Amino acid sequence: MKRARWRAVLVLPLLFLLGGCVERTAVLNPQGPVARMQYDLIMWSVGFMLFIIVVVFTLFAVFLIRYREKPENAGYEPPDEEGNTLLEVVWTAIPILIVAALAVPTVKATFALEKPPTEKVEPITIHVTAANWKWIFSYPEENIETVNYVHIPAGVPVKFKLTSVGPMNSFWVPELGGQKYAMDGMETELILQADKPGSYMGRSANFSGEKFAHMEFEVVAQTGDDFRKWVNEVKQTAPKLDEKKYTQILKPGLVGRMTFSNTHLEWIDHAKQNSHHGNDHSMKNENQSDEAMTESHHYGE
Amino acid sequence: MKWSEFFVTGEPLIYAADVAIVLTMVGIVFVLTYFKKWKWLWNEWLTTVDHKKIGVMYIICAVLMLFRGGVDALLMRAQLTAPNMKFLDAQHYNEIFTTHGTIMILFMAMPFIIGLMNIVVPLQIGARDVAFPYLNALSFWLFFFGALLFNISFVIGGSPDAGWTAYFPLAGNEFSHGVGNNYYAVALQISGIGTLMTGINFLVTILKMRAPGMTLMRMPMFTWTILITCVLIIFAFPVLTVALALMTFDRIFGTQFFTMANGGMSMLWANLFWIWGHPEVYIVILPSFGIFSEVVSTFAQKRLFGYKAMVGSIVGIAFLSFIVWVHHFFTMGAGPAVNSAFSITTMAIAIPTGVKIFNWLFTIRKGKIRFTTAMLWSLAFIPNFVIGGVTGVMLAMAAADYQYHNSYFLIAHFHYVLIAGTVFACFAGLHYWYPKMFGHILNERLGKWTFWLFMIGFNICFFPMYFLGLMGMTRRMYTYSADLGWTPLNVVATVGAALMGIGFIVLCYNIYYSARYGERDMTGDPWNGRTLEWATASPPVHYNFPVTPVVEDLDAYWVMKKKYGGFQVKEEDLKPIHMPSNSGRPFWMSVAFFVAGFGLVFKWFALAIVGALFIVLGLILRSFEDDDGYYIPVDEIKRMERAARKGA
Repeated sequence: MKRARWRAVLVLPLLFLLGGCVERTAVLNPQGPVARMQYDLIMWSVGFMLFIIVVVFTLFAVFLIRYREKPENAGYEPPDEEGNTLLEVVWTAIPILIVAALAVPTVKATFALEKPPTEKVEPITIHVTAANWKWIFSYPEENIETVNYVHIPAGVPVKFKLTSVGPMNSFWVPELGGQKYAMDGMETELILQADKPGSYMGRSANFSGEKFAHMEFEVVAQTGDDFRKWVNEVKQTAPKLDEKKYTQILKPGLVGRMTFSNTHLEWIDHAKQNSHHGNDHSMKNENQSDEAMTESHHYGE
Repeated sequence: MKWSEFFVTGEPLIYAADVAIVLTMVGIVFVLTYFKKWKWLWNEWLTTVDHKKIGVMYIICAVLMLFRGGVDALLMRAQLTAPNMKFLDAQHYNEIFTTHGTIMILFMAMPFIIGLMNIVVPLQIGARDVAFPYLNALSFWLFFFGALLFNISFVIGGSPDAGWTAYFPLAGNEFSHGVGNNYYAVALQISGIGTLMTGINFLVTILKMRAPGMTLMRMPMFTWTILITCVLIIFAFPVLTVALALMTFDRIFGTQFFTMANGGMSMLWANLFWIWGHPEVYIVILPSFGIFSEVVSTFAQKRLFGYKAMVGSIVGIAFLSFIVWVHHFFTMGAGPAVNSAFSITTMAIAIPTGVKIFNWLFTIRKGKIRFTTAMLWSLAFIPNFVIGGVTGVMLAMAAADYQYHNSYFLIAHFHYVLIAGTVFACFAGLHYWYPKMFGHILNERLGKWTFWLFMIGFNICFFPMYFLGLMGMTRRMYTYSADLGWTPLNVVATVGAALMGIGFIVLCYNIYYSARYGERDMTGDPWNGRTLEWATASPPVHYNFPVTPVVEDLDAYWVMKKKYGGFQVKEEDLKPIHMPSNSGRPFWMSVAFFVAGFGLVFKWFALAIVGALFIVLGLILRSFEDDDGYYIPVDEIKRMERAARKGA
């Protein structure tokens, strides 16, 4: 049938993309153990899915061609069949087996992603704060802070501790691994790791308002030595961040890249402003009119 | 609110829309007055309680909303064709994708399905109307005025702009200051009440009003899917009602359920929304499965394969649909145990769905397939839906979902299941039952043009999106930069969308063309149908069946034709028929809902209270109403039957 041939045309670009221009296809171009684990899982599932597609499309094409109404079979009366228990058991059992074959590695990977991919190297921690519409990265151990870009050492697991000062955002660096949400008053943890030095694009994957499309950041992976050199340079040359400057950065809008030789965690950790957990300090802010309330309670302290 | 903010200003597109709206309204008033049709409109349509007319009105609204949602889609595709386009600004784009999603699900897919079920279900079970015809009219008008309220946000006050999922805190007062999200909360609430009542109405209708002999396991598959859908509506919609009420309190009265401050919990909204939202997608897909089952069986000219397994599957899918909602936010960090559990329940849905796919395939096996337009839509559903389905299983795998979530991979997936599932089903059902609604057949040649344009366009539009997702393109981006390499596939997608738009235009032309030149259906059974709706005239007389048919097996009408040569009505069996009276109250009560809703949106509480008082007045008047309907005498039935069968 025409349609079946047409499907074949559609599957070709798939093969082409898998084989050819992979470097553009971030998810299929893993650059670290986390992304690779997810890539392997994706490829495992693609195999099964292609099998299902081939089976269904073949049956579909064969039945359409063989059983269409044509002048020769004008007298043919289709049989009055109710079903076929054996066949129905078969096509219930096979999907169950496929689901099982997918579920086991899924569960394994889902648990594995919560732990650093290697235990040989001590992970480093970076706090990530999403704000309208920028990403703020704080290094509590190194005591430095960057905006809209982040440096990490290659070959070292990085624990990103995510939170938000406003709408939900999702922290996604497809070449290094899957995403996780950054939410107000909460802390989520995402562990990523880069194999080798390089530059990887990250962006927010969850709509957070007007300029959401511009919420991009660059992840710069460096060798351990280069990373330490960069940290020291920042410590010596970058300006200090104070509360006034910080409040300015948080105002809704776009900002360029920034670097500071201390972190805002000194005076506020937005992940702990979780009013629903009881230790709320924004309770004092009761006279907010809904038109103009926001500035006071989550930008100022 | 200042008066200058009342009307949306500043966009040439909006001004053009303003002009178009005013001209259309003037045109409608002129035509109705010129042809002296006001009284006809009121008596025949606005006050009707006839399930068939209510169904037709639902479908007219759904097609209009398909146009509106489709224009939204084309505007988005135009903006994304090339990098850094300036066709729409960010705010405008955000409003458009929000209204596109909301309208397509709630004001297009839902009313299309509900319209078809209104027309078909009472006929399929051999009933004269639904269990509560007055309530049915109220359901429709609540939907209508809810949809109207949502749509006027476009020119009055501003559209919602936080996505159809309206996640907090973005959708709260803290970040969305205008009235847009008030419209969302109030308009969805009003139409949602209507939907909930429809669910109750059809559940009772199907359980209590089947013709003698029609046991549950002899019900047509479409009726089965509607029965299960009603159960889903009854369990799911109250969650939406509560969530929207809390949202309304937050936005209009300053409560703090979902806010960032004072103990609000934004994730609570996400949970409530998807506890309703996931069953909701099955509310629009299960009836679609029912439509495909009817059409495939009719045009394969063969009994549905594995009927019992089909029934078991829809019950299984319905049950599972309530325990998978977390898969919409695996990435919110609920922990690996929770994510694993919801992964497995989600993948499990593939099992009953797979069973259904194979049962459809084996229905056409050994059949004698007639390629009518309705059948083309139903056949195309199978391969396209399988693509959507297998990518759905991929999305269900939590660890892998972290790489797909909110990307264009997801966009491609849900359009593959919702368009290839629900939209194809609506078109299949429209072509299939069109003679039952209007007495003439939609032109098959034009119908096939629509099919090929739309189906090919659909694949060209959405297939590339799987790869855009894998390249890192996320949903709801109003623009992207050139160096990302996303341009070629976006151009392809826009071409596909344009083809779908052309397909829709051909469909509209077909409706006009067929009304003028279409083949009249004199038999009442143009497709050699199998179920009871084909035993009536096309269109059926308003009481449907002169005498209640007796059902002997599945495919009741097929059996009648084989055994007795058709549905035999003896004149001596005729008895006076009891029918419900028309009422204008559902209409004006819904107007009151609209007025109250409009008042709430703008926080004009005096207006809201006036509207609310009229709603209460309507309830009181109905409670004291003493109208048991009327009887059609036997002579009148004889006269109407002769007229209907002559095609007069």
